[in-house]
Parts: sequence; C-alpha cells; structure tokens
Amino acid sequence: MHNFTPLSRLVGGAIIGLAAAMLMVVAGRIAGISGVFAGILSPDTTDRSWRIAFIAGLVTAPLLGAMLGSPLPRPAMPTNLVLVIASGFLVGLGSRMGGGCTSGHGVCGIARLSPRSLIFTAVFMVTAIATVAVMRHVIGG
Amino acid sequence: MPLLLASFGCGLVFGIGLLISGMTDPLKVLGFLDVFGAWDATLAVVMAGAVAVTSIGFSFAKNRGHPLIGELNRWPTRADIDPPLLIGGAVFGLGWGLVGLCPGPALVNLVGFGQPILAFVVAMGVGMSGYDFWQQRSTSRRSVESATAVTDG
Repeated sequence: MHNFTPLSRLVGGAIIGLAAAMLMVVAGRIAGISGVFAGILSPDTTDRSWRIAFIAGLVTAPLLGAMLGSPLPRPAMPTNLVLVIASGFLVGLGSRMGGGCTSGHGVCGIARLSPRSLIFTAVFMVTAIATVAVMRHVIGG
Repeated sequence: MPLLLASFGCGLVFGIGLLISGMTDPLKVLGFLDVFGAWDATLAVVMAGAVAVTSIGFSFAKNRGHPLIGELNRWPTRADIDPPLLIGGAVFGLGWGLVGLCPGPALVNLVGFGQPILAFVVAMGVGMSGYDFWQQRSTSRRSVESATAVTDG
C-alpha cells in the first residue's frame, strides 16, 4: 500500500462504508469509533464485549495486511511528545463532547443526513484546516 | 457469540478500509488539510466513497427495520444543536490538525507500538474518559437530563 492513487482512496473509502453498513445491517449499531472505544473505557457500559470485538478487529487489520505482504504502518508523527499528547487528548475530548468523530459523524452521520453530524463535521474541518495552516505556514513557515 | 464475530469482522474490514484509503498516514491527512499549502485534495474521495456506500447500506437497514442479530437498529436519536456539539467539533478539529490522526486510524496504527502512537492513544483515552466522567458527575448532581448523552457515533 505504498502508492496511494485516487482509485485506492475510493476503494478504501468504499470498504470503510461497507464496514459501517454491515455493522448496522447485521448488528444494528453505528460504527462510530470514538463512541465504541469510549464505551469500553466507561465503567457504566453494559454492552462492552461487542465493543472490544470491534476494536480488536480494527487493531488486527494491519496484522492481516502484514501477512499479505504489506509492511506494518509506521505513522510519521512529531518527535515532540507534548504535541502528540495534546493532540490525542484534544481528539478524545472533542469526540466525546460532540458525541462522535470522523466515523460516527463524518461517515455514518452524514450518510443519515443528520444535522448534528453535518455541523460537527463542518466545524472540525474548518478548525483542522486552520490548525494546519497555523502550524505549517505561520509557526513552521 | 454471533454478535462478537460480526463486530470483529466489521472492525477488521473497517481497519482494512482505513489502511487502503491512506487515512492511517498522518502525512497524507495533513496534506489533505493543508488547503493553503501543497493541498492534496484526493482524501475527499475517501469520504465520498465511504458516505455513498454507507447510505446505501443504511437505507437497506431502515427498510428491513431490524438487524440480522438482535431486535433493534440503534439509530442515534439526538437532533439538537447544542454548545458542546460546536465546541467539541472545534476541539476535535484542533487535535486532528496537530498530528493528523483521528480515533480509528490511531487505533489501527497501534500495532506499530511506537512510543508516540502509544502516547497518542493513551492521551485520547484520558480525554474521552475525562469528559465522560465530568459529564456524568455534573448531570447526576443536577439530575436533569439523565446521562442520555447518547452518542451519535
């Protein structure tokens, strides 16, 4: 999976959609990663096992890829650990505050034409673009 | 047991989709968000493909009325636009723009076991649990809106 082409992106996107559609058709649940994952962490969750199974599948995906010959992903991340921790914390916090993330709002919510999801996605796209602009062209420029 | 197998399978397929799409590569994501620089718009195709297939599957699920396993489709029920939705979106976008990882891709990248990705996922978990804990405490104190912070996703 070295050469990303628009076609591989479209196929990858369609596969993401297939997984989200299957989880609803088969199990009646929304494939929102932050919601599924946060449910594992919450002490009050009553349906923890399917959540663990879903996340286990997610984590297993690159191992399956490795068996088929793709290298394990080595994400390029900043060396500044404070920045990494701040980013992770904000992503976690924001997803719970808004009740979803790129998958639950950005894919499943938009597919349902949910006003909440359309607004959440628009807001995070704007602030993410602004953040990259500042980090790359104001601070990093 | 069927529910667990189905959930595992869906998670696996989801992860494969993320890998093939390029969403698990923070540099690709930052390139997509770098509208004012060397903008790589092709990641929009991921979203389009995912939304298109999801809506077809969702309309099938709606028509069917109930899932293959279990009795009911758990559609999100909230429709209100409240301040936490807007602030949460802004906070989420800020975090996403700093490194280029959102929750799904972060978890898929976990197998690499590098220190940065572990730090990211732990911090993400702390952010999630911290908000949920705080939210639960403040709602139980006021005992108004029960903890129906029913998530959208």
